[in-house]
Amino acid sequence: MLSEKDLELQKHLLEAYPYVTERPGSADHASVDVPADKALEFARALRDVEGFAAIQECCGCDWGVDASPRFSAIWHLYNYDKHLYVRMNVYAPDNAKPEVPSMCPIWAGANWHEREAYDLVGVRFAGHPDLRRIMMWDAYPYHPLRKDFPLAGVEVPFPDADTVAQTGVKVMPAPQNGGPFVSGCGHTLRTSEPFGRDQEWRENNRKG
Amino acid sequence: MAKEIEISCADNAARSAQAEEELLNCEKMQLTMGPSHPATHGVLRLQLEVDGEIVTKCTPVVGYLHRGDDKLAENMTYNQFVPFTDRLDYLAPICNNVAYALTVEKLAGLEVPARCAALRVLTCELSRISSHLLGLGVYAMDTGALTVFLTTYTERERIYTLFEELTGQRLTNSYTRIGGVTHDVPAGWLDRVEKACDSILKGVDEMEGLLSRNKIFLDRTKDIAVITKEMALQYGLTGVNLRCAGIESDIRKSRPYSGYEQYDFDIPVGSVGDCYDRYLLKTEEIRQSVRIVRQVCKTLPDGPIFAEDAKNICLPPKNRVLSGMEDLIQNFMITTHGPQIPAGEAYFEAENPKGALGFFIHSKGGGKPYRLHVRGPSFVSLSTLPVLIPGCFITDIPAILGSLDFVQGECDR
Repeated sequence: MLSEKDLELQKHLLEAYPYVTERPGSADHASVDVPADKALEFARALRDVEGFAAIQECCGCDWGVDASPRFSAIWHLYNYDKHLYVRMNVYAPDNAKPEVPSMCPIWAGANWHEREAYDLVGVRFAGHPDLRRIMMWDAYPYHPLRKDFPLAGVEVPFPDADTVAQTGVKVMPAPQNGGPFVSGCGHTLRTSEPFGRDQEWRENNRKG
Repeated sequence: MAKEIEISCADNAARSAQAEEELLNCEKMQLTMGPSHPATHGVLRLQLEVDGEIVTKCTPVVGYLHRGDDKLAENMTYNQFVPFTDRLDYLAPICNNVAYALTVEKLAGLEVPARCAALRVLTCELSRISSHLLGLGVYAMDTGALTVFLTTYTERERIYTLFEELTGQRLTNSYTRIGGVTHDVPAGWLDRVEKACDSILKGVDEMEGLLSRNKIFLDRTKDIAVITKEMALQYGLTGVNLRCAGIESDIRKSRPYSGYEQYDFDIPVGSVGDCYDRYLLKTEEIRQSVRIVRQVCKTLPDGPIFAEDAKNICLPPKNRVLSGMEDLIQNFMITTHGPQIPAGEAYFEAENPKGALGFFIHSKGGGKPYRLHVRGPSFVSLSTLPVLIPGCFITDIPAILGSLDFVQGECDR
């Protein structure tokens, strides 16, 4: 149940910022929906006026294949003076190319959380300084936390014809497609795993 | 070769000028540390750019231990996910179990009995001690003090033995269920806990004697990787990494859960924010945890260890299942369909040894979460490395990593 302090904060936010709406279903903290074009403005006000100095987490959500809006990002912020959390949800307006504003200009710590949300759910964050995958490897083609992605992953055709002919194995097991510590056919682990990149100074080329 | 010597002999000044320019234009070197490196405590890879011994850029690469816990949770019932939480911060599994159980209970609006809450506090604090003992041991080992590790490991072993007696497991305890804990304390267990506490305190004293004024340890940790207040807030650091920057905040005090408000303990706060501060804070936290453990041992209330009246959430007692039809049906339904949790959203953070472990759960009703997200404190700690490490020596990195006290299981999830 929401405590009195949480309810008070919720009421205050709804009154002071007319563009935010109450997010239904919260069992604990003040919780608001913010339109994507106002999200940065609201976040800045949360930090500078309301005292939510710290970002705790950000997660992307897929609300179902048929839902519209389908994707959203949820940030949890913490106020160290009042010891209160607030939940800020921003729906991505476009279902095909989901994008919400990044909170990195407000809280530097949003960086990795948003990278994770982008990696696993596929929500893009506009204005993010370094939007790369973080959990999955860079070449991974899917966003596994989407609801239409199967739990066991997606199998891919085995790339080497000889092996298929000899073993009868036609597909590569799902989670391994091109991942780290997996040597693909035709190349070795050396090409997929990290090595000191400028080894060449040892041999012919002098450094610099 | 002969030509080079000739030139250098002819004009010594020109040669030194050239060397100086070469140094200035020196190309930096890329160095990969990890993913398998003893100082990275797991599979963390640091892509470093070094200029001589000085690190100029650090890019952590994480995800080598990614198991997709969020996705797995969506496909199993609430109780089935408990063993997965063990494997987040596997150095303090019970703390994770408790944080997860409390999140789901919050969503369900369920209060657990006093004895269950007290047992959770007791085991959480023992886990915290064991995690800090290991963390400090390997931290000292990474900075060259091998003996400390032997001391702290011996003490940690006592806690593992206690956990084995209580839960049947040493490492992955899975001690909680939604609405309770799995086992009540065995006979004489509380006395053994008290005895272990005495010995742990001695071990901590011994460790402090070896480290606190050790010249080498001081040189390697003092004023290294200072975390400032602004940085701690901006990055959302929690736990020791937040308190070392001088912010007095502990969720056990500011938003007490599981009955922490009944116990008397202090929150150590740092003033400098360097690696040495983080060592001191963890040492003091062990002592404070021992204080809590002793209070719980003295005041452990009687009563059930399960919220037995919560139908549709908690399994009924086994003797009733075997004799009563209604309880048998309830047992079957909860086991196959999961505890029935109402629709809603909850986000809960518990003060774990590594920082605040958070669970966000969105439920649409029924026995499975619709969306579950884990906020790992280690993930957040590691995200500060690109600003903490540049400017340090390569040799500082093990000290910094050891002092941040992260675990990859929780970072990569």
